[in-house]
Amino acid sequence: MSIENQLETRIPRWKILLGGARPFIALALLLIVCMISNESFRSAQNLLNITRQVACTGIAALGMTLVIIAGGIDLSVGSLLALSGVSAVMVMGRISDPVTAVIAAMLVSLGVGALGGLLNGLIVTAGKVPPFIATLGTLSIFRSLALYMADAGTISSSNDYFRAAGGCAPLGIPLATICFLALAAVFAVMLNQTAFGRHVCAVGSNPRAARYAAIPVDRIRFGTYLLAGLAAGVAAFLFSSRLNSISSTDAGLSYELDAIAGAIIGGTAMSGGKGSIAGTVAGIFILGIIENALDMWGAPVNLHGLVKGLIIIIAVLIQRQNND
Amino acid sequence: MSDAPLLEISELTKSYSGVTVLDHVSFSTYSGLVLGLIGENGAGKSTLIKCIGGVTSPDSGSIRFDGRDFQPSIANALKNGIITIPQEFNLAGTLSVRENIFLGRELKKCGFLDHAAMRRTAAELMEKLHCPLPPDQPVSELSIAQKQLVEIARALNCECRLLIMDEPTTVLNPPEAENLFRIMRSMRDQGIGLIYVSHKLREVKQVCDQVLILRDGQFVSRTLISKISVKEMANRMVGRELSTIFPPKIYPLSDAPAVLQVSSLSQADRLHDISFFLRKGEIMGFAGLGGAGRTELAETLYGIRRKSGGTIRIDGREIDPASPVDAVRAGIAYLSEDRQNAGTIQSFGLTENITLISLRKYCRGPFIRKNEEDEAAASYLDRFRIKAVSLRAPIRELSGGNQQKGAIAKSLDAQPRIFIFDEPTRGIDIQSRGEIYQFIHQLAEDGMACLVISSDLEEIIGLCSRVAVMREGTIAGFLEDPYITEKEIMYLAAGVK
Repeated sequence: MSIENQLETRIPRWKILLGGARPFIALALLLIVCMISNESFRSAQNLLNITRQVACTGIAALGMTLVIIAGGIDLSVGSLLALSGVSAVMVMGRISDPVTAVIAAMLVSLGVGALGGLLNGLIVTAGKVPPFIATLGTLSIFRSLALYMADAGTISSSNDYFRAAGGCAPLGIPLATICFLALAAVFAVMLNQTAFGRHVCAVGSNPRAARYAAIPVDRIRFGTYLLAGLAAGVAAFLFSSRLNSISSTDAGLSYELDAIAGAIIGGTAMSGGKGSIAGTVAGIFILGIIENALDMWGAPVNLHGLVKGLIIIIAVLIQRQNND
Repeated sequence: MSDAPLLEISELTKSYSGVTVLDHVSFSTYSGLVLGLIGENGAGKSTLIKCIGGVTSPDSGSIRFDGRDFQPSIANALKNGIITIPQEFNLAGTLSVRENIFLGRELKKCGFLDHAAMRRTAAELMEKLHCPLPPDQPVSELSIAQKQLVEIARALNCECRLLIMDEPTTVLNPPEAENLFRIMRSMRDQGIGLIYVSHKLREVKQVCDQVLILRDGQFVSRTLISKISVKEMANRMVGRELSTIFPPKIYPLSDAPAVLQVSSLSQADRLHDISFFLRKGEIMGFAGLGGAGRTELAETLYGIRRKSGGTIRIDGREIDPASPVDAVRAGIAYLSEDRQNAGTIQSFGLTENITLISLRKYCRGPFIRKNEEDEAAASYLDRFRIKAVSLRAPIRELSGGNQQKGAIAKSLDAQPRIFIFDEPTRGIDIQSRGEIYQFIHQLAEDGMACLVISSDLEEIIGLCSRVAVMREGTIAGFLEDPYITEKEIMYLAAGVK
């Protein structure tokens, strides 16, 4: 046996496992600290609120995670959320039967989200435009369309079923929370258990090797953008139904940043090829809990961004150490 | 050659994770001497030159340079004029020749960059290397040989006293290598010490004054080059006879059907008028110099490049692969020469790599059945004697030989009928090399049509019953056993005949 062959395990198993568990350990520690230090934080109502608050960015982050693992980035999800929401609420206003209107709104949100994702996917794969530039462009396009359609204002709905859908909470758990966790489960299975998920990792890890392995690289990339768009559509429906209105200026504003941050904190590599949905969920919850706890502690609202920024940077620093 | 040693290494030891890769190695070398450093992969050559270049520090032992103790660090090495030219160059692609030569040691005038002086010096240096490149040309536009010369120019510009070159000729064609050797000799005559790390023993014989042989991290011998034959070098490197690594040759029946038939194939301006056939159970070689179009031919067959003319037939049926997806479907497998960037996904485990092409086989509906996947991978581990502790640990943790076996298993799992091996044993230790030859032999015996592209003539001669020699994008001629000799191949490859 040559010397080389003996050098085969350098990273012990437990270290790899620990690396993957870091976001969850951080989340658990954060929960414990917040629960001990603040009484109103640990009320069931507040905890449920947090889950509802993070649901929309969380759903966007699920799609974002796939896009990033495949080696891309999608900056347009926030704008696409606004565009889907505005389109849905506008269409709903034109349909008299309230139940049909809600169903139509749901289909329109998903449809517009899917169209937006399709556009991103086409520009990136067929047009070979770098994802950052492509989705920076569509970020501007989608937001502008939403503003134009809503005349830069807020579109409200007078549909009680729509409001009811957004406000409903089966077994006390908000609909948005249920959707987020259910979609997270679907995405996790997709990433870990299906050929598509394996191909997403392969394409992000090394597009050339993936191509040589007869993987349809462009189709896989396209798929991730389509899914990210669909996720934005789902988030748009939940977001607008809860408020029973949607603001073309504010809705989904800088959601892409939170979604990226959640994925990064959860251990997804910006360079692609590696990441986990569970990690992203943990990352999104870490962000949501910090936001909430800072409120509870009475920290100045304008400093929330500072804390968030620090968390993102620290998370990446810890990951880098892990990789060495 | 002076009397006092330039570099003195004594009892140098280094281990990684408890495995000793350098075991009490001692030697010294002198100014004005070209020392060849040879050994199989894993013999400790890379670690040794990393220690000298200050990239890693040894666990014990000492290094003296120019009579003084040398603390290994990159900065210290540079300060002393110890320059290493690695296999992967350290050039900034978007910067110009001049900017690269002066990177980190720019000439200044009144605090500003003195472009004129740098341009002049860069031009002079490149002139000296018989490579008059415009100093403002971006390095990304250069050929590999030219890039290497830019590296050397940079070394010369640093008042280099000891130049270490790691496998410099693997990327060069013979005339380029000749030029390199001329430069090396002239540097030696100027009193620079050189250490030349190589696998290519004939070149070592040609260019070195002395040779140092390592095996399994230990010093084996140090000899004047005139006192040792190439064969003896090989035997000392390996510790046994080399000729035994090739399996007996395999000859397909002359009435065996042609599985692959290529006629008048062309691809843009890279390939033209290529015609050949490949029989079931045959091992056919493709020889030629770098840039002759062998890899381009393989890539065209595999759908990476689109053919622009001619026909490709498999079992008589014409195919026109637009992507590897089509090629794999048609029964073609391609083992890329670029194992790390195209042959494997380095962050994936063995299992995930092995099933990458054939993943659908292991799916029920959309879901992967991971235990079946692991079982399949485990059977390849047995069959190919792949040494790995875990099926799911990243494949980059394995040795080159084991990675390559994994890459072969990957292509094989898609059940191809034609297998194209592109440089199947490049950078692989001798034991795995022998094993890979056995596998190719076994595959051919089982009826696989094998095409072996190799720059290693010994490999072509030892393995193939028929050889096509390529030159400038076309087939210059065919050779058949027993008329496959190095001389004949080189004549055809160079166009002498």
